[in-house]
Amino acid sequence: MTTTTSTSPAPRPAPTGPLNLARTTATAARVLRQLHHDPRSIALMLLVPCVMLFLLRYVFDGSPHTFDSIGASLLGIFPLITMFLVTSIATLRERTSGTLERLLAMPLGKGDLIAGYALAFGTLAIIQSALATGLALWFLGLDVTGSPWLLLLVALLDALLGTALGLFVSAFAASEFQAVQFMPAVIFPQLLLCGLFTPRDNMHPALEAISNVLPMSYAVDGMNEVLKHTDMTANFVRDALIVAGCALLVLGLGAATLRRRTA
Amino acid sequence: MMNYSPARSDPPDTPRNPAIRADALNVIRGTRQVLRDLDFTVPRGQITGLLGPSGCGKTTLMRAIVGTQAKVTGTLDVLGHPAGHPALRTRIGYVTQAPSVYDDLTISQNLAYFAAILDPGHAAADRRHENVTRAIADVDLTSHADALAGNLSGGQRSRVSLAVALLGTPELLVLDEPTVGLDPVLRRDLWNLFHDIAASRGATLLISSHVMDEAERCHRLLLMREGRILADDTPDALRTRTNSETVEAAFLHLVDEAVAAARTKETTR
Repeated sequence: MTTTTSTSPAPRPAPTGPLNLARTTATAARVLRQLHHDPRSIALMLLVPCVMLFLLRYVFDGSPHTFDSIGASLLGIFPLITMFLVTSIATLRERTSGTLERLLAMPLGKGDLIAGYALAFGTLAIIQSALATGLALWFLGLDVTGSPWLLLLVALLDALLGTALGLFVSAFAASEFQAVQFMPAVIFPQLLLCGLFTPRDNMHPALEAISNVLPMSYAVDGMNEVLKHTDMTANFVRDALIVAGCALLVLGLGAATLRRRTA
Repeated sequence: MMNYSPARSDPPDTPRNPAIRADALNVIRGTRQVLRDLDFTVPRGQITGLLGPSGCGKTTLMRAIVGTQAKVTGTLDVLGHPAGHPALRTRIGYVTQAPSVYDDLTISQNLAYFAAILDPGHAAADRRHENVTRAIADVDLTSHADALAGNLSGGQRSRVSLAVALLGTPELLVLDEPTVGLDPVLRRDLWNLFHDIAASRGATLLISSHVMDEAERCHRLLLMREGRILADDTPDALRTRTNSETVEAAFLHLVDEAVAAARTKETTR
């Protein structure tokens, strides 16, 4: 910049590159502070998955083996769904309240905003997953061969994927009403095809092919790898990388939907 | 084009240059041309009122100036840079018509967050705290600092939104109908604050309103109608030129004149 300002009273931080750590953490802290004023949402987010697992355990009271496979899959699916819902509504509110426009008129990078959201909801997802995994393993007798840390890792990646999908979808919703309708549209097909109800290779080949390109399939596959094997298998690494890659890809797409100039 | 390119040589940004300079400025929203061939300047250190009926393009013009409006063509220089230039993001405070704050945060939490975006980092923590305290005091909300924004009245929420724009001592404040729905005492206090900001901080203010009696409080006026500038003058000069008692009468006089001129053009065609 060659120009100088004579009226500038305080040192001005230069507009920054794609990611600024201080702005990202400030954004994450702000999102968590908003949640802090809404304890009911936090309670629902943390407790509902636990209640569902508890319910499931006694639905399959007669066949603990079924609980093992479905329970492990659900440990990956819950964070995805919760984070999808929470993020799509939260970013939609940011868009409709005018705060997004205000932020983008300030020196906030799009990456700062998205990383801030991912950080805040990721933290929440860790707590949620830890509670659900702990409950399933130690109180409900979920029989997992591999390490619980790997379950937690997949759950976290799923949460990140949910955050990414929610952020992306919120760009296409004009109201909260529409945003909620995206849940069945985006999540349910994946839920049906991810191998939760029947192994994916038993499906009609056309459906199996579709399930091969849906990220949730790999989340469930990853969970099942941990369920059956004592150590980290090559398949597990592949599944985890695919989920993480999808999350990053969709986060990038989400960033592209944030525009500083709008009509 | 007004999207900035590093190759372009910007005019030097000196206090004598106008704060805003528009030349052949056009904005299209959808298929409608909202701003038509605008050509005006806004001087520094003064309060310029942007007046006109609702729907005449005031908000679109303000959005173009702060760089959030798409499909802007022509020249629009703000503080020596093309509008929307990244260097302007800390130098402009913008208040939208609807308050844009987080309803589920307290007033001080709202301001603390926006302050952290403008002036990030641990080193700046003290300065930020000072700025936040001052901005809350400026809009007279110190006693409510710990109240949730969502629990405030409409007028209080719009003052929180204004306080956010006052953070970081901006050189240009763009305020879209900041006094709508406020009681007379508060309106007077805010106008005193605006004059104080212009006088003591040397800031430039562009304030829109569709209430003509606020025009008398501005140093200069831009009168708009149907996407065009009808007049660009001081309130006194406007009244004298149109031989009117009030700015409102002057505005009506100018509208009649414009309509008559358009009609003659049509009949002579």
